[in-house]
Amino acid sequence: MMESERIGRTLTRIAHEVVERNRGVDDIALVGIRRRGVPIAERIARILTSITGRSVETGALDITLYRDDLMRHAVAPQPLLRETDIQFSIDERRILLVDDVLYTGRTIRAALDALIDFGRPRSIQLVVLVDRGHRELPIKADYVGKNIPTSLQQSVQVRLAEEDGVDEVVLLDVQGEESLADGGGVS
Amino acid sequence: MTVVSVLLKGGHVVDPVQGLNGKLDIRIEGEHVAAIGPDLPVDDSLVVPIPAGLILCPGFIDMHVHFREPGQEHKETIASGAAAAVTGGFVAAACMPNTDPVNDHVGITEEILHRASEAALAKVYPIGAASLGSRGEQMTEIGALKAAGCVGISDDGHPIASALMMRRALEYVSMFDMPVINHCEEPSLKGDGVAHEGYRANALGLRGIPGECESIMVGRDVSLSELTGGAVHVAHMSARQSLRAVQVGKERDVRVTCEVTPHHFILTDEDLRYDPNQFKMNPPLRAAADRDAMLSGLADGTIDVIATDHAPHHADEKAQEFAEAPFGIVGLETAVSLSLDRLVHRDVLSLSQLVTLLSSNPARILNVPGGRLAPGDAADITILSPDTTIEVAADQFRSKARNTPFDGWRLRGAVAATVVNGRVVYTNDGVAEADTIAWSSE
Amino acid sequence: MPVEVRETVRASSELTPPRLRSKHLLSIEDLNVDEISLILDTAEAMKEIGTRRIKKVPTLRGKTVVNLFFEPSTRTRTSFEIAEKRLSADTLNMAGSTSSMLKGETLIDTARNLEAMSPDMIVLRHAASGACHLMVDGCSARIVNAGDGMHEHPTQALLDAFTIRERKSQFDGLKVAIVGDLLHSRVLRSNIQLLRALGAEICVCGPPTLIPVGIERFGVHATTSVDEAVTDADVVMLLRVQLERMHGHFFPSLREYFALYGMTSKRMERAKPDAIIMHPGPINRGVEVSSELADGPCSVILEQVANGVAIRMAVLYLLAGVEGDEEVS
Repeated sequence: MMESERIGRTLTRIAHEVVERNRGVDDIALVGIRRRGVPIAERIARILTSITGRSVETGALDITLYRDDLMRHAVAPQPLLRETDIQFSIDERRILLVDDVLYTGRTIRAALDALIDFGRPRSIQLVVLVDRGHRELPIKADYVGKNIPTSLQQSVQVRLAEEDGVDEVVLLDVQGEESLADGGGVS
Repeated sequence: MTVVSVLLKGGHVVDPVQGLNGKLDIRIEGEHVAAIGPDLPVDDSLVVPIPAGLILCPGFIDMHVHFREPGQEHKETIASGAAAAVTGGFVAAACMPNTDPVNDHVGITEEILHRASEAALAKVYPIGAASLGSRGEQMTEIGALKAAGCVGISDDGHPIASALMMRRALEYVSMFDMPVINHCEEPSLKGDGVAHEGYRANALGLRGIPGECESIMVGRDVSLSELTGGAVHVAHMSARQSLRAVQVGKERDVRVTCEVTPHHFILTDEDLRYDPNQFKMNPPLRAAADRDAMLSGLADGTIDVIATDHAPHHADEKAQEFAEAPFGIVGLETAVSLSLDRLVHRDVLSLSQLVTLLSSNPARILNVPGGRLAPGDAADITILSPDTTIEVAADQFRSKARNTPFDGWRLRGAVAATVVNGRVVYTNDGVAEADTIAWSSE
Repeated sequence: MPVEVRETVRASSELTPPRLRSKHLLSIEDLNVDEISLILDTAEAMKEIGTRRIKKVPTLRGKTVVNLFFEPSTRTRTSFEIAEKRLSADTLNMAGSTSSMLKGETLIDTARNLEAMSPDMIVLRHAASGACHLMVDGCSARIVNAGDGMHEHPTQALLDAFTIRERKSQFDGLKVAIVGDLLHSRVLRSNIQLLRALGAEICVCGPPTLIPVGIERFGVHATTSVDEAVTDADVVMLLRVQLERMHGHFFPSLREYFALYGMTSKRMERAKPDAIIMHPGPINRGVEVSSELADGPCSVILEQVANGVAIRMAVLYLLAGVEGDEEVS
């Protein structure tokens, strides 16, 4: 659905939007949601630095322990726990929460709960690379890379060079077949 | 009253005392054996043909059981114990005095005998306490106990710990021709131990009891027997060092005898698990080398008797932490099958040797009738089906208790029927031909 | 934008995550190396929660955990309690007595009565080896062994391994000396199982009266010489000496014990220069270890305590496990 160059341009566009809406990057910090939100946050941070000349802090948030689907069933594997790594205080900061795909909104809800436990930011804005619809909670992204309408039988996979060796966004049928998407939506 | 005369015809008889091992007829009149020989004339006897494959032996005697009555009837009564005995093929059992109150007084002995005759199943021979309350302080009135019917003395459950007390007991009983039966255990080495000292006990975090805890007292008792000339019988021997001490004594013609339980010649501490219902007993299951020593002691005749140390306990008592649960497992209803399967069928012993261990030797040591089927002897007969395979089912036990490690075991060898005083008191439904062994005593 | 045809790719976000196989933690013996690594890795993430301003996550919210301690132990119970509360569980502390004088209810009855109140997890400490195995029969709650008699103390061994892992790069070939009352120690048994599984070499040391018969069968070298044990050791682990042992004729006095087996800075000179000193606590100063060594730079005793909370959080979290829905965003 998207290839490397397109992803790059999209992130640049988002960075500019961030700067515009927030009138600069004062007090801005990015927190990426593990796993793929993290490299996206780092890339946006680098672009913000190249635009403004100011350094922008990034952190990584693991929301596993805040998920609302834990403990709902009998004994079964726990999702793998990774560390949260936020080296700065989030109090009074304007936090940009970053994730790769926005879907039901439950991950973002868990991330908000986690962030609030860390401190009291001045504001939280949401950046996503892809919004695939089908929200189950009243969550809205402030910055969206691309809207990709999907059916429930499909899945959107974001692959990034830092994690997967290549930058691309693909749309898959849940059985694993890649499906032909209709031409791009509006970014 | 008419005396019933029954002719058991054509059965294979094994009677080592008389040197018999072949097809023989036995005529029973009333409660006694009237004749034994090949092709006896029928006369007025009721003919009971013995099916092929069954073996007739002098009735088995378990010289070490715990019947818990008086005082602990929730575990077992004399009636349920006697029922368990005949189901296991035993015509008689000698019961230990650690009841509540302890059998240290003729009143208790008489009570036990009374209950046994009410049950009218296996014969019960009480063993009297060696000391009052088995506290090891004051000797009991051994003469009175013998006159009341006791066949030996013991403080089983406890050792006769004082060497002086043991010496006096051995001296004293020699005038009554009874053995002192000792639960050999040096108390300071036993401590809080609950399992055999070794790797397995360590792995489970259980306090250990070394084999020497038993053997040093066996050695002591052999010396005291040599000193006094009294007869000592080592109860439930388990350690290879104990066997060696007994061997040395026998070489010197000391009056020492010993017994072993089936679990000590079959299981080892490798079997140990956190299940006191199956695996907690005293002496504990020991190492393979000890188990193997017991087997060789049985084979070469150093060990005189197989006795079960039948120790029933209530399920609630055994459902406790390993260290808290009481010691002991039942054994009456599994001993014969275990012995046939693990000794006779594995060529450790001949059937004749097994009969000696289960019948003639116990009778001789306790000086009670039995162990032989000569004319005039009581018609106490254990009928075996050595080739029937059974599966041990603890929930079917006639004993009140179910504490056994052998539940579910498939064993080759079964009891077909048990005859006490000329009466069939038990037949085994699981043995095809057993139902033909029936006659009325009326 | 051109759509390129790609090869079929399995749509799984991650490989099936590793898991614990049993819903109980009764002994290290039951764990395989993957499970041990899982617990240690999870504990790293849990440790971070203790550094936050709000040291709480909602993970075990609404779950009831009962700390059933039949042996007094403020330290271990507190550690579990903190772990439970950090995961937002509801904790309940129950004390019982194993003295047969005071005993009322049997352990099985206690388990059944608790069961009727549907606790999700029970953390059990008891003076009898095998007590946890007995409780498993009476209870459908998840059971965590917090120390059963002389048998095992799994979370102690796990936090010990976690502490070692933080200080040393690998376990393979690591030389660990364990000194003290080997005979009565459940910490020893759990540590032997765990460290051997991870590839460490173990030398155990104590007075001959306190070395269990057949200890070599556990795969360790045993010696009565503390100098031999400590030579070239990477880790020196000291076990608590209980004062009652003097009455069992195990050794004549604490003074003699310290003289022959107490760990001092002088003795530690034989160990590797970066060797660490460990102790499950509480320490008897001047018996197992000299004060200066216990408070010195190579002591990680206080780190063990801190790590105890993280490990217990990891264990509770992993045992409470649930079928996760991997696609949540």
